[in-house]
Amino acid sequence: MVGLFFCRCVKPYSNNPTLTFKHHIINHMDSTQHQRTIQHLFWRAGFGASPVEVQEALSKSRRQLVKNLFHDSRQFDSFDLVKTVPYMSLKKVIKSAATDREEMKEQLKDFAQERRETIGNLNDAWVARMGQGQGVLREKMTLFWHNHFACRSKLATFIQQQNNTLRTHALAKFGDLLMAISKDAAMLQFLNNQQNRKKSPNENFAREVMELFTLGRGNYTETDIKEAARAFTGWGFNLQGEFVFHQLFHDDGTKTLFEKSGNFQGEDVIDILLSNPQTARFISTKLYRNFVNERINEEHVANMAKRFFRSDYDIADLMEYVFTSDWFYDSVNIGAQIKSPVELLAGMQRTLHMDFTDKTPVLYTQKALGQMLFNPPNVAGWPGGKSWIDSSSLLTRMQLPKVLFRNETLNVSVKDSGDANEETVKRKNKFEVTMNWDHFAQAFDKVPEENLGKIVASYLLQVPINSLLLKTIENQVTFNDRTERIKQLTVALMGLPEYQVC
Amino acid sequence: MKRREFLRNSAFTTAGSLLIPQFLKAYERQHLGQQSLNEKSVVIIQLSGGNDGLNTVVPFRNDIYYRERPSIAIKQENVLRLNDEIGFNPALEKIKELYDNGLVSVINNVGYPNPDRSHFRSMDIWQTGSGSDQYLSTGWIGRYLDAQCKGQSCLPHQALEIDDTLSLALKGQQVNGLSLQNPEKLYGQTKSAVVKNIGSIPTADDHDNVAYLYKTLAGTVSSAEYVYSKAKVSKSRVMYPTTELGKSLKTIAELITSGVSTSVYYVSLSGFDTHIRQNDQQDRLLRQYAEAVNVFVNDLTANSRLDDVMIITFSEFGRRVKQNASNGTDHGTANNVFLIGGPKRTRPILNEAPDLTDLDTGDLKYKLDFRQVYATLLDDWLKTDSKLVLDGKFEPLRLF
Repeated sequence: MVGLFFCRCVKPYSNNPTLTFKHHIINHMDSTQHQRTIQHLFWRAGFGASPVEVQEALSKSRRQLVKNLFHDSRQFDSFDLVKTVPYMSLKKVIKSAATDREEMKEQLKDFAQERRETIGNLNDAWVARMGQGQGVLREKMTLFWHNHFACRSKLATFIQQQNNTLRTHALAKFGDLLMAISKDAAMLQFLNNQQNRKKSPNENFAREVMELFTLGRGNYTETDIKEAARAFTGWGFNLQGEFVFHQLFHDDGTKTLFEKSGNFQGEDVIDILLSNPQTARFISTKLYRNFVNERINEEHVANMAKRFFRSDYDIADLMEYVFTSDWFYDSVNIGAQIKSPVELLAGMQRTLHMDFTDKTPVLYTQKALGQMLFNPPNVAGWPGGKSWIDSSSLLTRMQLPKVLFRNETLNVSVKDSGDANEETVKRKNKFEVTMNWDHFAQAFDKVPEENLGKIVASYLLQVPINSLLLKTIENQVTFNDRTERIKQLTVALMGLPEYQVC
Repeated sequence: MKRREFLRNSAFTTAGSLLIPQFLKAYERQHLGQQSLNEKSVVIIQLSGGNDGLNTVVPFRNDIYYRERPSIAIKQENVLRLNDEIGFNPALEKIKELYDNGLVSVINNVGYPNPDRSHFRSMDIWQTGSGSDQYLSTGWIGRYLDAQCKGQSCLPHQALEIDDTLSLALKGQQVNGLSLQNPEKLYGQTKSAVVKNIGSIPTADDHDNVAYLYKTLAGTVSSAEYVYSKAKVSKSRVMYPTTELGKSLKTIAELITSGVSTSVYYVSLSGFDTHIRQNDQQDRLLRQYAEAVNVFVNDLTANSRLDDVMIITFSEFGRRVKQNASNGTDHGTANNVFLIGGPKRTRPILNEAPDLTDLDTGDLKYKLDFRQVYATLLDDWLKTDSKLVLDGKFEPLRLF
């Protein structure tokens, strides 16, 4: 803790000589920089904030703001959108089908359609929570865990259940989260543990638990995986999505892994993995990459890992430590992340207090930009960072604000996944949003005209903007009406490469 | 292609040269009128959904094949025979024509160890060139670009996908390929007011990611202009089918004929996930494929470019040997790969027909790792070092 105290004495710019220089020559940078650090917290612990929310936060201490974020995330509701158990209704369909084949085909078609819509509804509901709802920190953490425990399922009930599990434990103990996910129907299905039986072990689940969920590559042996797989034999689920332990399929013999021997059950393996400090390091590193900077600061991560391990993997404690650490606000960390497509969408909503009246284009945009919720590319999740950006995704991102506020459609066709049963997000509806620009413009009432562009930019961008570029944009905005001017400025600024980072 | 040659062709840009118009002019000066007949390129055709290999290259003398597929097997008398054992699905008549001219290699039983039967995962594996227990976030074409552009930055059009969004296959660590539906559309997008105004303004920020975004943007704008200006040079005089694939291959042919410095083209045709009533659907798709490729090959031949172009066709997996109850087939494993174009073949068929007596729980066993096919294209066709692109050494097939 001595080190931490020492850190407080260090000016945020000190490790970047260029910025120190800028700091000395431009005085107003002080207040802009303070505002950016506040926005930094809102972006990383959530999905950004509106200018008014930022203004209200300017006079509060970081500690107070962090406290508010946690307080705001204390209460939460689980999703309860998917009522029927699809497997059961599918069974009914098949039963009735004995009489009429054509009718069965029709019903199966309806069933598939309904399933797609339900998964789509879950997606809509989650984006709405991120973009508008209470408890942004919890949603941000849930999104992180969704990427950490990346999983696909065709059953909406399973998806909903898993998402609720992630949300419930999002800020609790990592050990509980890991155990709950290891017994989660969608995950057991995705990683083939239903097929993991004494007579023919399937190592998929055991491997990913170590490689992706706890230790990371290179911190276990193939024997550890084989032995762990034996301990997980018999772990399965029923059609209601409940965890079931099939004693009959379980291997009751002695297993030896990580130099420990015993008649281990799956639970024991998870305990062994948690007792290894490497798990704390691995998770801390990933959290740092996601919430602070893709470029690791070894010292900061080591401190996080130590604290995480000592607190018995208390996620809330760790995140509070990160958000209240001075190094979190170092200028090298501000604006250093490329927003994921979902962060981009939810972020626009948060900043503008905007609502998507028709959710279809939101789904389509996720697909076009490469991040469909509940559809990670594989169990390793979305690679993130620079991989979000290529020529086409960048052009689409830059055109998005304009397309959105003109109520147009994205001029992009999305790929076919190849799967005949897959959700087709091919419906290209026009964007429909509700947004009160007068209300948004009020935040800038006191700003003198000559500063308007600069000030609006300071609320929208987490990195400085070239003054020549800002001039070019200001020159394009020729409306007499101030609200309309602010709208045009906002749309133009949100179309910049600078807006893609936070 | 030698690395130096590749770099010259890729119109490398340095971090400071974001002033695109001048930069492009310099590029044009360097390349206009330059004949690049020694350049080799690869055209990748991805059949998405898992094409049924057994009904594509049919083992027409095999009793097990007919026994396991009572209602969907291709009748012996309809098969377009390649030898005494196997023959093409009749929908591939136009590919058979090319085969008879010595322009087609059929590689049987291509796959990988511990096959994954999920579309997403298996396509992931094929596109990244990973093993089934590995998760890579870059594609094999992307890593090919990385290897060629090491120490320099290349322009994205060096690998071109004909689509609106970019596949993982073309994403590298340092360099990404470019995706475009057609040169006009992309050019139009980069000409839009937003992009045009900022493309040449250097960023005020020294953040690594902002620099990366601007570099991507600059690369996109110059590639779009370059490809657009080149595409106008040579318009195809041949009639292509009006299908999506036909249009895409026409675009590719025009770019190749115009001498665009692209080494890899990528295009996909989807709909091969034939769980229900397979034959109508597969027949329609294979016919689309064969007709478009046939015109494409003849177009390139007429322009004396076929010797430099190799077309590879693959799918993420084959399908089960046994048909299902809906006159379709379910997800399987090993599959055939076609290599079309380039020099004439002495050995048109590689690997024996699949052994239907030796199955792995109802699925074909692979005999050749797909990364060996990639290594063949990388080492022997594009003349690069496949070890830099693939994880480990994969033995090339010595086809050319």
